[in-house]
Amino acid sequence: MARESTPQRKIVVTVIAWIIALAIFFPILWTILTSFKTEAQAIAIPPRFLNFDWTLANYVTVQERSNYFGHFMNSVIISLGSTILALAVAIPAAWSMAFVPGKRTKDVLMWMLSTKMMPAVGVLIPIYLLFRDWGLLDTRAGLIIVLMLMNLPIVVWMLYTYFKEIPGEILEAARMDGASLGKEILYVLTPMAVPGIASTLLLNIILAWNEAFWTLNLTTSNAAPLSTFIASYSSPEGLFYAKLSAASTLAIAPILILGWFSQKQLVRGLTFGAVK
Amino acid sequence: MATQASRAAGRLMISPAVILLFLWMIVPLGMTIYFSFLRYNLLIPGDNPLVGFENYQFFFTDPNFWPALINTLVLVLGVLLITTIGGILLALLLDQPMFGQGIVRVLVIAPFFVMPTVSALVWKNMFMNPVNGLFGWLATVFGLQPFDFLAQAPLFSIILIVAWQWLPFATLILLTALQSLDSEQLEAAEMDGAGPVSRFFHIMLPHLARAATVVILIQTIFLLSIFAEILVTTNGGPGNASTNLTYLVYSQSLLQYDVGLGSAGGVIAVILANIVAIFLMRMIGKNLET
Amino acid sequence: MSKTLRGVLGASCLVALGLPAMAETITVATVNNGDMIRMQGLMSHFNEKHPDIEVNWVTLEENVLRQRVTTDIATNGGQYDVLTIGNYEVPIWAGQGWLLPLDDMGEDYDAEDLLTPVAAALTVDGTLYAAPFYAESAMLMYRTDLLEKAGLTMPENPDWDFITEAAEKMTDKANGTYGICLRGKAGWGENMAFLTAMSHSMGARWFDMDWKPQFDSPEWKATLDTYLNLMTNYGPPGASSNGFNENLALFQTGKCGMWIDATVAASFVSNPEDSVVAENVGFAPFPTAAGGDNHGNWLWSWNLAIPASSTKQEASKAFVAWATSKEYTNLVAQEDGIANAPPGTRTSLYENEEYMKAPFAQPTLTAIENANTQNPSVQDVPYTGGQWISIPEFQAIGTAVGQVFSAALAGSSDADQALTAAQALTQREMQRAGYPK
Repeated sequence: MARESTPQRKIVVTVIAWIIALAIFFPILWTILTSFKTEAQAIAIPPRFLNFDWTLANYVTVQERSNYFGHFMNSVIISLGSTILALAVAIPAAWSMAFVPGKRTKDVLMWMLSTKMMPAVGVLIPIYLLFRDWGLLDTRAGLIIVLMLMNLPIVVWMLYTYFKEIPGEILEAARMDGASLGKEILYVLTPMAVPGIASTLLLNIILAWNEAFWTLNLTTSNAAPLSTFIASYSSPEGLFYAKLSAASTLAIAPILILGWFSQKQLVRGLTFGAVK
Repeated sequence: MATQASRAAGRLMISPAVILLFLWMIVPLGMTIYFSFLRYNLLIPGDNPLVGFENYQFFFTDPNFWPALINTLVLVLGVLLITTIGGILLALLLDQPMFGQGIVRVLVIAPFFVMPTVSALVWKNMFMNPVNGLFGWLATVFGLQPFDFLAQAPLFSIILIVAWQWLPFATLILLTALQSLDSEQLEAAEMDGAGPVSRFFHIMLPHLARAATVVILIQTIFLLSIFAEILVTTNGGPGNASTNLTYLVYSQSLLQYDVGLGSAGGVIAVILANIVAIFLMRMIGKNLET
Repeated sequence: MSKTLRGVLGASCLVALGLPAMAETITVATVNNGDMIRMQGLMSHFNEKHPDIEVNWVTLEENVLRQRVTTDIATNGGQYDVLTIGNYEVPIWAGQGWLLPLDDMGEDYDAEDLLTPVAAALTVDGTLYAAPFYAESAMLMYRTDLLEKAGLTMPENPDWDFITEAAEKMTDKANGTYGICLRGKAGWGENMAFLTAMSHSMGARWFDMDWKPQFDSPEWKATLDTYLNLMTNYGPPGASSNGFNENLALFQTGKCGMWIDATVAASFVSNPEDSVVAENVGFAPFPTAAGGDNHGNWLWSWNLAIPASSTKQEASKAFVAWATSKEYTNLVAQEDGIANAPPGTRTSLYENEEYMKAPFAQPTLTAIENANTQNPSVQDVPYTGGQWISIPEFQAIGTAVGQVFSAALAGSSDADQALTAAQALTQREMQRAGYPK
């Protein structure tokens, strides 16, 4: 609803928007700034905003103590793996729900979403026992499976709402032309659904990256992603704000950067059918 | 349009997702239900005898049970309220022409990307800590006593932290919906002499209702099982002031390694979550149907 | 390419291929405390000695660590070869047959050298089940300059009345100085460690000989009243979220007049690199009741233990023996200075003159030697343990009671309400657990 706007109005809006945006962003900014301080300066009163001795010492310490790259790779593999697997299962399901809905489609969808409400803490011990027996403890494969199942309902739903917006006539036309079901999905549906799939993919990567219960409890070292990396900095003895900030910055930076660069794609499909 | 063949194909295609989710639900749930009837403590190995409903009875009579239930609702509703209203206001603001809109948007959505553990740690230590935190310092600058957020208003503080994380999500969805609003409709209303307030309430708000429902549904799913933020900041306290149902189950099962009791709590939590789910689905279903 | 060169290359290829196959990787779960982090930095020395053992560290925050290793050992998950556990867990787990006996640690190990109270807490039926890495009791740390300014002198054995008086006189809220900092954060290893020890020093007990909770006793009432009085009037704001680490940071930045906590803190607060008050720190024993001589009997040690189910027992044992040996103490002395040696486990360390020059060495030793975990209270008790109760249920009960007392500190209930609630919930949990057994 871009309408004409006076320059004064635009300036006022700009100022207000920037103040609010900076306030929302401030905790992240503060964390990043703190990560470059010494421990003493990190808790100095009054707080130091830019007037401190910038140091990389905290990052060096963190790097010495932890295998950041190993955790980072695990996070990448686990979040990507679980996302791709979830998409592979969810795309056909969402297609079927959107284009050949049955009487029970809505119920199935709602049931799927309700599985997400199961509190993970209540089923940790059963899952732990199963994982032990199947040799999945501390494996990336195990985590990929769990996170895929965790996020599958959201993925199905997001895709379903997106697919539903695609006019059925186009598929009809393709079918008339003799396209098989596989071809229909591959050549007609997929290109139209790319924005939806892309944003589902991104959202799911973010959710998987930030998951901190299963990843912490089902891994030891080989498959441990960044959530366990944070757990070793959360409350050690002595002053720790600066080191915690450095570790936090390292843990959130990759996903923050990905999120920023892909925010257009993320937003485009993030409607859940809310936009008609 | 669906033919017999495509119906069959549709079933086939939906089945992997359904089967997987069914297994994911039924296997742990089945084990949990079974465990919930056992006396089963990890620290006391033995033959785990069947004890009927003893675990359920113990869980229901836990003095923390009702407060936890209420806290869960307060937490969910509080965050929903802040994020929905805040999200609408922010969406209205971001929809206006301004300088540096792209950067503003990037800054606003950033909290959504932050790991919940990290954001809880940062808020707890660097902001809400009354001695070393920024809020405490701000208070002293204005000559006030530092407010001890996590002790004096634990649930409110957690609501604040969680709302900060989810505000961007709500804003994004609402903003997308707002941008899809037909500008002709608005202009027509303007011509008819409708003021900005009346335009907001009569045209924009109804249009946003759908998006708001989606925001509420998705957030509720995640908010019902909030755990990391509580574990990191208050451990459910002081007392039981910030214990929600998930945290109660955690403290019963993992803190005391009482699998039987924890399982009973887990089953109860699943049932309650599903009641909320059914309730929500009804509401959402209506709103999303058209 | 010459033949020799080729030969050398070939040989080195063989070595490169051969080594990983021979090397055994052990996974060590540990807590993110300073002494453990230091050990991780010294691993090259271990690798020199044992090139065939590769150590994989899993460093976690204390609560996460405890939950992970307990789940794993109780379900026989087999994820860890060496566990870092407290002396609370050791006797319980050893009783379940979960831990490997450590009575043959090699000739150099010298188990006789371990401090008696520390070793006793890790021994079940005459067998050592875990090797202590460092141990601590609790004591009073105070600011000598502030005490002097307050016109007081520290008695040899301060009692709680003196503490109250000193706290009052040292408090200067306008300048951000609080008379006393104590643990307030809920948890059996946080505020309840302190309060349990304090209650023992005041003659209270958790249970009578029939395992009936005793929170309705006058001794507990006195304990909680004294504690709440100290903390609400002379403590820092936000005390109900302060644990060991938070108080350490407060003391190091000069915000506390007194702090009663683990002896291991002594080396941190008197280290000028981390502490602005390093020059002015004094030490005194854990306070007693007026006229009493019970110092609370706090005794904690972080220990290395090996799950009985570990498939790499020899390699794990070699590591545990190295990490808790005299040799390791010497190594730390060489690399970082003797004052940084892991404290509280070996007599030999306290016979080292260089080490005894540190102001905290003697008070630490005295505190540890005086800790009587077998009879912690003046009253008869059915349990052992100074700042914890040696039953598996204590983690849960201690944490729940800790929540109640933490709420009282935050001001949402008073002492009587808190004690009544603690009594009720402890009774409930004990009944469920089937006590008296």
